Amino acid sequence: MDDVFKALADASRRSLLDRLHAKNGQTLNELCEGLAMTRQAVTKHLVILEEANLVTTYRHGREKLHYLNPVPIHQIGERWIKKFERGKLTALSELKRQLEKRDE
Amino acid sequence: MSKPDFVYVTYIETTPDELWQALTDGDFTERYWFDHRVASDWSVGSDYRFTLTGEKRLEGKVLISDPPRKLAYTWNGCTEEFRRERTSRVTFELEPRGNVVKLTLTHDNLDEAGVTHRGISEGWPMVLANLKSLLENGKTLGIPMPAPAVKETATA
Repeated sequence: MDDVFKALADASRRSLLDRLHAKNGQTLNELCEGLAMTRQAVTKHLVILEEANLVTTYRHGREKLHYLNPVPIHQIGERWIKKFERGKLTALSELKRQLEKRDE
Repeated sequence: MSKPDFVYVTYIETTPDELWQALTDGDFTERYWFDHRVASDWSVGSDYRFTLTGEKRLEGKVLISDPPRKLAYTWNGCTEEFRRERTSRVTFELEPRGNVVKLTLTHDNLDEAGVTHRGISEGWPMVLANLKSLLENGKTLGIPMPAPAVKETATA
């Protein structure tokens, strides 16, 4: 899970994920198009994204295609965000109870 | 084969046999696939279907059945909004890697602007995250079922 947070903590890598979200299954060349990053930098970022399992590669004929893999993000969302939400809900119901008590 | 529309990968701490069962057994799928039960004899050429509270939601034919390594089937949504969509295809590949199994799911031959395309891009990551959680921790994540694809507004 550390890998996922590290991979997401970089604007260039997030923009690569955005590009894959807009168009899935791109080659390295396609991903580099119109980017202000060197091909080398894109490759380096893709390795980090792959290690975090946020990008998965698929060999199609002679091409290596890159796909967005949001499965680990769902795992994080569930593990962390729901926990915080629960806390918030408990806090709200406690606040409501306190306020209602004051009204009495 | 045309290039897949989606490729999803998850690493699950389980055995290929158990994962195979989770993919093909209705009692299992009901627990992580938003209450959808699958049923088939899983021989090549056989029909399979997913039902939700007894109502058929998804159906198709088994294309590849090589337990516990590879499973592929055609995919047709049964409800009205999917009626005009072409038949797509789902392939699961299970590869043992030490004490985990790498599960690769590819979905291809989708209508790019169709409701299936939109629906599964939300659905598969949740189903797979749930499946991983069920096999590793014995419980699912409690994600609410996504709204029917037809009601979703297209996102830019």
